[in-house]
Amino acid sequence: MPLLEIRGLQTWFETRAGTVKAVNGVDLSIERGETVALVGESGSGKSVTAYSVLRLIEAAGGRIAGGEVLFDGTDMLRLDLASLRAVRGNRIAMIFQEPLSALNPVQSIGTQIVEALRLHRDIGLRAARERAVELLELVRMPSPRERLEEYPHRLSGGMRQRAMIAIALACEPDLLIADEPTTALDVTTQAQILDLLRELQGRLGMAMLLITHDLGVVAETADRVAVLYAGRVVEQGPVETLFDAPAHPYTRGLLDAVRIEELPPGSRLPEIPGMVPSLLALPPGCAFAPRCPRATPACDAGPPAMRAGGEGRLHACFNPWLSTVEGRVPA
Amino acid sequence: MAGAAVKRRGLRSFLLRRLWQVVPVLFGIAALNFLILQVAPGDVVDVLAGEAGAATPEYMAQLRAAFGLDQPVPVQFAHYIWNLVTLDLGFSFRQNMPVLELIMSRLPATLLLMLAALAIAVTLGSLIGVVAATRVRSWVDTLLSGFVLLTYAVPTFWLGLMAIVLFSAVLGWLPSGGMYTVGAGLTGFALVGDVLAHLLLPALTLSTFYLAVYARLVRSSMLELYGADFIRTARAKGAGEWRITLVHAFRNALLPMVTMLAYQSASMLSGAVLVETVFSWPGLGRLAFEAIRTRDLNLLLGILFFSSVVVVLVNLLVDLVYVLIDPRVDPTARRA
Ligand SMILES: Nc1ncnc2c1ncn2[C@@H]1O[C@H](COP(=O)(O)OP(=O)(O)OP(=O)(O)O)[C@@H](O)[C@H]1O
Ligand SMILES: [Mg+2]
Repeated sequence: MPLLEIRGLQTWFETRAGTVKAVNGVDLSIERGETVALVGESGSGKSVTAYSVLRLIEAAGGRIAGGEVLFDGTDMLRLDLASLRAVRGNRIAMIFQEPLSALNPVQSIGTQIVEALRLHRDIGLRAARERAVELLELVRMPSPRERLEEYPHRLSGGMRQRAMIAIALACEPDLLIADEPTTALDVTTQAQILDLLRELQGRLGMAMLLITHDLGVVAETADRVAVLYAGRVVEQGPVETLFDAPAHPYTRGLLDAVRIEELPPGSRLPEIPGMVPSLLALPPGCAFAPRCPRATPACDAGPPAMRAGGEGRLHACFNPWLSTVEGRVPA
Repeated sequence: MAGAAVKRRGLRSFLLRRLWQVVPVLFGIAALNFLILQVAPGDVVDVLAGEAGAATPEYMAQLRAAFGLDQPVPVQFAHYIWNLVTLDLGFSFRQNMPVLELIMSRLPATLLLMLAALAIAVTLGSLIGVVAATRVRSWVDTLLSGFVLLTYAVPTFWLGLMAIVLFSAVLGWLPSGGMYTVGAGLTGFALVGDVLAHLLLPALTLSTFYLAVYARLVRSSMLELYGADFIRTARAKGAGEWRITLVHAFRNALLPMVTMLAYQSASMLSGAVLVETVFSWPGLGRLAFEAIRTRDLNLLLGILFFSSVVVVLVNLLVDLVYVLIDPRVDPTARRA
């Protein structure tokens, strides 16, 4: 049984202009201890998917319209509020893109770590502060004991993200969701934070859902990758085989545009020609069809189902690039 | 720890610097007061002569010389400033008492009224704002917002009069005016209780307008804060709604509230004039009102100057509180 299994997740926002179907049938699974990268263009629904797992989406004005989020066998979407809170920050933790705004400006780092601990553990204040020092050591915060008293605005971007990670790891979660954890940082700091995440993930044996735009990071960090397009996963599978021979024309378009080994660190997802369809009025068929070089009339009839492509690969396409025989011609 | 010590040292120099900034402000107010004195028709001697009924021009000239009023204006101004520095605010010929003594006898009552009104406004306003924000767009929110709008719109003196009619004339629950029961000779807790009973209506009346301001401010700050990233973090940590509302959102909503407090200290002092008059509360406001009614210019200017001092000091205090509750404010930095 996978640690996390998302099935047919639909998350919608009711707006004046209509229903924004930000996530519209996402299927995704993560095994214990595994790192899964979630990639996709801006607005493809990566963050909304992540927030939906912890059900943070209702506070953001959205609504989970359908699907299941099975975490360790229980459907998160059916949990009552108390049980949900017992999972949040305890078994599933999350870190965010902007560490400065994600930290409470009027609370010291120590207070914020201690809060994370004491929300889920029966632990005294003194012991919790000692544990907070250990956590700051764990995330390689320089002079951790002094940092307990420090406020977020006095730390550098990298140190803030380290503090965020310390908060997230406080209760040794089974799953860490990292929503573009390095996008707001400079290139050297990005590399340090990613190294840290990789190392901690190995050491603590937790699973990680890593949202990123950087295909180089995906190649270096993730075991598997899921590609999101207009609120749906169009392809997922082990990183090496998927990057070697992408089956979905969208993935292939992305990978043909670049050589991963040559991507500078911190790269955004490559651009491919054409426009993303409006989430207010998605086409009845495949959402990528209007931009797809391999589209046929069948593609406009109905959405393609997710199909197994062997070697743990899945894709949702009527006309996938199938065998490795066809090969990939890098640009 | 080290950070705290640095902050404490920073606070001291911050206070000193702010105190120095107060000096030119007070000087400006004094200059304005002096100007009013100069342009006002007549002078103390005219007033005195009027009081006495008749006086010969020779006697009046003699008096002017005695008061230094025959000196050139700059000399008079220097004299006036020196008097202020030595806290000599002059003499009220109407009340036959030094102005400073008069003010000092009335100041505690006004401070008590203002503090009580402020405490009510801040507490009730926060409560209403927080509850309205947590139940935004529900009937509770609508009801509270309606109530707030009403207290904001209704004139304070009218509210005061109605409160007297209802609670003291009709129901007979509370005294209609004054600060304590005259001639009762109460002491200890009985006196405190008596003063509190007298305080309740005027303090509530004075607080209504500010209560509305705070309630609206807190509601909108809370709504904005609910969308903040760090609130999302708190949720992701597994914090409950109470914790999110009080420890994270409301704690941050305090910051705009404290800023507002500084703006309001001046307006509250002028609000006190009305309320003190309606409730015959023996404070500075009523003293000012009487000074205007009897054209007691010396007393009026003394009160003006003193009120400015109070407002300036309150602002200083508020700045200090702000430094203490917002770690992002650096007390050692020059003020922006
Ligand atoms: N509160 C909201 N109200 C309305 N629409 C929203 C809201 N939040 C997100 N959306 C819409 O949902 C879609 C997906 O947003 P999401 O934040 O998941 O994108 P993303 O893949 O994380 O993009 P990025 O790479 O820019 O972070 C977007 O088109 C966005 O407009
Ligand atoms: Mg995002």
